[in-house]
Amino acid sequence: MLSGILEQLINGLRTGSIYALIALGYTMVYGIAKMINFAHGDIIMVGAYSLYVTIGMMGLHPVIGILITIAVCSILGVTIEKVAYKPLRKAPPLSVLITAIGMSYLLQNLALLIFKATPIPFGSIIRFPAVSIGPINISGITIVTLIVTTVSMVALTFFINKTKTGRAMRAVSEDKDAAELMGINVNRTISQTFAIGSGLAAIAGILFISQYETLLPTLGALPGIKAFVAAVLGGIGSIPGAMLGGIILGIIESLSKAYISTQLADAIVFGVLVIVLLVKPSGLLGKKKTEKV
Amino acid sequence: MGNKKKLIINGAIAAVVYAVVMILINQGLLSRQMMSIIIPICVYTMLAVSLCLVVGFLGELSLGHAGFMSVGAYTGALFMIRTQEVLPSIVSLIGGLLVGGCSAAVMGVIIGVPVLRLKGDYLAIVTLGFGEIIKSVINSMSVTGGAKGLSKIPLLTTHRSFTAVFILVLIVIIVVANLVNSRHGRAVQAVRDNYIAAQAVGIPVSRFKTMAFVVAAFLAGMAGVVYAGNIGILKPVQFDYNMSIEILVMVVLGGMGNIRGAIIAAVILTALPEVLRGTSDYRMLLYAIVLIAMMLFNNSGIKQRIMEKRNVNKADKAKKEA
Repeated sequence: MLSGILEQLINGLRTGSIYALIALGYTMVYGIAKMINFAHGDIIMVGAYSLYVTIGMMGLHPVIGILITIAVCSILGVTIEKVAYKPLRKAPPLSVLITAIGMSYLLQNLALLIFKATPIPFGSIIRFPAVSIGPINISGITIVTLIVTTVSMVALTFFINKTKTGRAMRAVSEDKDAAELMGINVNRTISQTFAIGSGLAAIAGILFISQYETLLPTLGALPGIKAFVAAVLGGIGSIPGAMLGGIILGIIESLSKAYISTQLADAIVFGVLVIVLLVKPSGLLGKKKTEKV
Repeated sequence: MGNKKKLIINGAIAAVVYAVVMILINQGLLSRQMMSIIIPICVYTMLAVSLCLVVGFLGELSLGHAGFMSVGAYTGALFMIRTQEVLPSIVSLIGGLLVGGCSAAVMGVIIGVPVLRLKGDYLAIVTLGFGEIIKSVINSMSVTGGAKGLSKIPLLTTHRSFTAVFILVLIVIIVVANLVNSRHGRAVQAVRDNYIAAQAVGIPVSRFKTMAFVVAAFLAGMAGVVYAGNIGILKPVQFDYNMSIEILVMVVLGGMGNIRGAIIAAVILTALPEVLRGTSDYRMLLYAIVLIAMMLFNNSGIKQRIMEKRNVNKADKAKKEA
């Protein structure tokens, strides 16, 4: 019983750390551009497909494939920002929201046209032996996922807190106009944020596809929405909040799948979102915002 | 233009449309395929007009409109199946419409009261979540037939009963148009334009938001019943995210907050894929591009210049008349 719960907790940690990686993208973009990038979930899908194209179809070495995938997603993220979001920076939020939904829909349907709706099986590129500690069995993918996500998060925290670019990002998210007056190139900083967020989404996509091993044009939609829930749970705009929210959400999902009902797990995740928004809209670690006229 | 003149023009347009469609149906001038899209056009018109109330006039994005439609479609269809042998068909249809509309409205209250405290992005994503939850609940219930679907629904709203459906469409349009121009409608638009100011002048913001949301849900539920009575079989997968997006595209293309635009967009977007067969692969892609392009155009310098020119022209005209 106890080992069963522990195993579920580890599963939750694995899914949750993937959610956390995706949620970081949402939260960074929200912090800096004050918009929710609906297309973020579909960048995971693009990542999964480009990994399939480079490794599965072209037969490149996995490391090169992974690097190309991250590059493709980063460039895609920056392009989306330049083409669709940048002209709307002063537009009402509803317009930006509809554009973002349109973008997400565009990516899904492009993938549908190119790769068709039939699921493509794609074996995991991660080959790592499973480890058992006493009665608990931890799969290789879980170990790799946990290592990769921890390294990415530590690197990101370091980058945001210590480097000059990271400081510029924090400055822009604090006050865009003041940052501009201090000589920060706001446009470039926003592009960098999109690039990093999309790069993290690419890593999440690679880990995700290694776990589920099936490619679908809509594969990014659900993890994308769940990661958004995670970002809100942790407090949107807060980077440690996204990590915490992702892991909590992953554990909630894995426990409710194991002990309540598989079908209702998604409904429970959405229930968490509704409760958080109603009780504490600023999330666990978010800053409270007072609304000004 | 005076109100009376407007009313006469709109009434005349409605009468002409009705007469033309009736002649086309009765003279057998339409192919089977064209015949089969008459009712879907009516259904989508109702859906687009009702969503226009939420997106255009309330200024909130609801991505769960297909969910309300499915609730109405299923309850209305169940009512019509149960009563088809007991009641005359017209009574059964009206009962089905009311039952479907009311159950969708109840769902609108259940979802709206908590959700409408939120704004913008949050509201959009929560309505999306609720739409998916409704779908999965319908999928797991036995009375709805689950994933296999609900079949043998009496076909009460095919093109043979176009008159009834057309009247219903008119009722929906009139309800929404009157609501928008009423005191309540102005309150709703005030909430959209500046909710803090609206609150400050004493408008109960959440009550009006809920009202608009529930009315839209009711109308979507009725549209769902018409949909059910036209195709005779319902499956949960028909009411997915894509359908909500499709309705949203109609509202956006029609110019958000423009009822006439929403109607025209609904007619064109429903008829076009049937007329241009073979483009169905690109339809969804086109929708996505339409959404993005419309938003970029709406907020671009080009539109501003056109609007300025129009205003200048109008001012010139007014000066000449004076």
